[in-house]
Amino acid sequence: MMQKKVEMDFSRRDFLRTSSLVGGGMLIGFNFFTACKPEATMPVDLASLDYNDFNAFIKISDEGMVTIFSPNPEIGQGIKTAIPMIIAEELDVPWQHVNVVQGALDTKNYVRQSAGGSRAIRLGWSSFRETGALAKQILINAAAKRWGIDPVHCTAKQGEIINNRGEVLNYGQVVNEAALLEQERTKKEENDKNAIAKRPVLKNPKDFTIIGKAVTNVDVDKIVTGKPLYGIDFVSPGMVYASVLRPPAFGKVLKSFDDEEAKKMSGVIDVIRIGEKTQKIIEGLEIPNVLLTKGVLNKSDKVVVIAKSIWEAMNAKKRIKAVWVDDTPSESTEDHDEILLKLLSGSKFETRRKDGDIQEAFKNADKILERTYESPFLPHNCMEPMNFYADVTDSKVHLVGPTQTPGWAADLVAQLLNRDLKEIELQITRAGGGFGRRLFGDYVLEAAEISDKIRRPVKMISSREDDMLTGTYRPAIKYRFKASIKDGEITGYHIKEAAINGTMHPTIPHFFPAGAIENYQVDVAYYQSNISTGQWRAPHTNFLAFADQNFFDELAEILEKDPVEMRLNMLKRAAKNTDETIKYSAERLKGTIDLVVEKSDYYTTKKGVYKGLAAYYCHNTYVSEVVELTMEGSVPKVKKVYVAVDCGIVVNPLGAKNQIEGGVIDGIGHSMYADFGFKNGVPLNSNFDSYRLIRMKEAPEVETYFVENNFNPSGLGEPSLPPAGAAVGIALKKAIGNRTMKQPLIGHIPANKLTDRQDS
Amino acid sequence: MNTIFFKLNGKEVSTKSDANKPLLWVLRDEFNLMGTKYGCGIGQCGACTVHLNGNAVRSCLLPISQLQGEEITTIEGLSAKGDHVVQKAWKEVDVPQCGYCQAGQIMTASAFLKQNPDPTIDEINNAMHGNICRCAAYHRIRKAVMLAAKK
Repeated sequence: MMQKKVEMDFSRRDFLRTSSLVGGGMLIGFNFFTACKPEATMPVDLASLDYNDFNAFIKISDEGMVTIFSPNPEIGQGIKTAIPMIIAEELDVPWQHVNVVQGALDTKNYVRQSAGGSRAIRLGWSSFRETGALAKQILINAAAKRWGIDPVHCTAKQGEIINNRGEVLNYGQVVNEAALLEQERTKKEENDKNAIAKRPVLKNPKDFTIIGKAVTNVDVDKIVTGKPLYGIDFVSPGMVYASVLRPPAFGKVLKSFDDEEAKKMSGVIDVIRIGEKTQKIIEGLEIPNVLLTKGVLNKSDKVVVIAKSIWEAMNAKKRIKAVWVDDTPSESTEDHDEILLKLLSGSKFETRRKDGDIQEAFKNADKILERTYESPFLPHNCMEPMNFYADVTDSKVHLVGPTQTPGWAADLVAQLLNRDLKEIELQITRAGGGFGRRLFGDYVLEAAEISDKIRRPVKMISSREDDMLTGTYRPAIKYRFKASIKDGEITGYHIKEAAINGTMHPTIPHFFPAGAIENYQVDVAYYQSNISTGQWRAPHTNFLAFADQNFFDELAEILEKDPVEMRLNMLKRAAKNTDETIKYSAERLKGTIDLVVEKSDYYTTKKGVYKGLAAYYCHNTYVSEVVELTMEGSVPKVKKVYVAVDCGIVVNPLGAKNQIEGGVIDGIGHSMYADFGFKNGVPLNSNFDSYRLIRMKEAPEVETYFVENNFNPSGLGEPSLPPAGAAVGIALKKAIGNRTMKQPLIGHIPANKLTDRQDS
Repeated sequence: MNTIFFKLNGKEVSTKSDANKPLLWVLRDEFNLMGTKYGCGIGQCGACTVHLNGNAVRSCLLPISQLQGEEITTIEGLSAKGDHVVQKAWKEVDVPQCGYCQAGQIMTASAFLKQNPDPTIDEINNAMHGNICRCAAYHRIRKAVMLAAKK
């Protein structure tokens, strides 16, 4: 049912649109979706993301100032700064004249309006440029018309149009005429689809004046002065608050509840039960279904306390006496460990890539190495807990809040409340983190169902405990690697994945080292759990990188080769491979290794400093990192990380480095410290007192370098994270003499190994 | 229900809130000051940090009943035009990613630098250790605190 809807939306929107602003100014919207269809989709494999397309809006004041609407949700990845930079570059206006506004959900004028998979810049690059360039051309045409000359005699630069007689008009002076021209053009195109084919001329990258310059986050003034920017800050007249009591364990559903005490608490307006409408959708689904697996829908009803303030609602919720019954058997981490290991040793795999014959390679091997690497579940822990505002009335459904997938959320709400999609109005707020959690609109649906029931504007806010205990977690995953060595070479390589609730994205088996080893196979299997899981920053690669980079180093030890040399030799082989299914460029990955080796002075040893190098490709970006680790008594500490990145053209170096530094430290933090388990369906951590996130004292210095080239840009929200933990693991092995194959690293290092070997 | 009188961002104010209501929610609900953020509710993340008589405290754990006659400064009152030396450093370094925790980080840093204007890196790391940044912008937070200290 969902899938069909997606496709329909898609074709409906696949054409150019424009409209004139009431009260002056030009508003232009474009859809170049067909022009930038991705060759390979990235590891956010939800079909749903495809109906969040992309687009751009430009508004020009009579004075020549430009408002650029940034369509994609800002979750901390810097997109609200980067997209307008690209549009402004081709529109050719000074950056100081640009005002950036977050676009609301607009399925008519925007496409790919989502945040996920490090895709916005990569997929939007050409179209955002064309959006700016086409607007510039139309402004030139308007000026030429006024002057009564051919547009070829005019040029535009820095917000001004100049003709061959030396006359000048600024964009604001011709914007109204331009808006009329644009209307005529659009009408013509709507009547004749072939008219769309003409593409505007784009700048030569050497002429860029905004792209490539360090631009500060457009919201920085508001952030440092505490202005209301986030969903949790939004208020409207008459708004009430909702705190939701959800099942205390996965597998349980609500039977009944006693709200007598809760209703007596101060500020409480009502206590209600929701779920009826959700259950109606579930009835039509196959079980298990992706909406259940991702936690978007829950088979249990929920109890909701409505109060005058969220503090009162949260307090009263503690007084609800609810009876929960088993719907499906509860699960524990020890069960998962056993199940996943059994899967790895079994034979029920789906083969995702097969080169040569690994069995033959194993048969003829001089030596075989087999290892199992293990990772736990992880919650996302966005600092801003899940929250959403909903005001459901007879005429419309008004939604406000943080989401990575506004289009999907709106579609689901329309289905849930049986409303026309046109009646759903969704405003996107700046999100206090995303990391994948806000791809899933469970909390949007809750807010909508509550407001529908009480017919009042309401804000649902999760407490930290609600957030951590009822997440859509990174699933626990285990990998088994097996490699054969013959005559000093790696001849066979077998990766087996056993994961909770799903397998790696179809592109991942074609990443390095695919193409570098003659006999190579990737097999996947999964166990369907009742614990909700979903994408978590750099899905699957966030741990796979750790596993395979450490396994490489183990192989290098056996081969008595320098591990970096070994990687470079493998890349040499991959570079010669003409197989078109290989997803990465061996040369570009090598480029980042060379750069990080040079910048980190990798081959110079320092007493008490243990170095680990990891090189990784994912999300179309190449990243190599060198970690410098020391032992402070028995505590391993990452002091410094050198990073070399090839993401093509760097749109905003200041924002790009921020993403890279954050991804590195996030990767280190989660691989070293983060652990999340379950006992009888109950998560074992509920807040930051027991769940360990990396903090200031553990955070290393990060030094970032870019490979300079003119490739079209790729994204940076995720790619620096996977190699960070990998490089820590490699350095840690050098420090303590043993390789830790289970995350988090702290907690799985044998106690007697926690001493500095002082031998490097 | 007692009336609590206290000083908020330089102005005398009062509230008739529930005595147990934490300052965090009084600020947000009654004074419409949204800069102070809820993050964990148990004093572990620092997103709700404000100044109590110049010291950095976690407002999520501070019942309003304890504030009779006290002086509170929030991010909105740190400077008139967002030009406190720490705010300026934050902008110069371009610290925020999602930005949600940054008001708390700035309040911790500004109280710390007032007491220790010339800190070592270890002292900065210690002072900032209680504030979680989930985007892990720690590298830039440290840099901005150092920059603010220099100025």
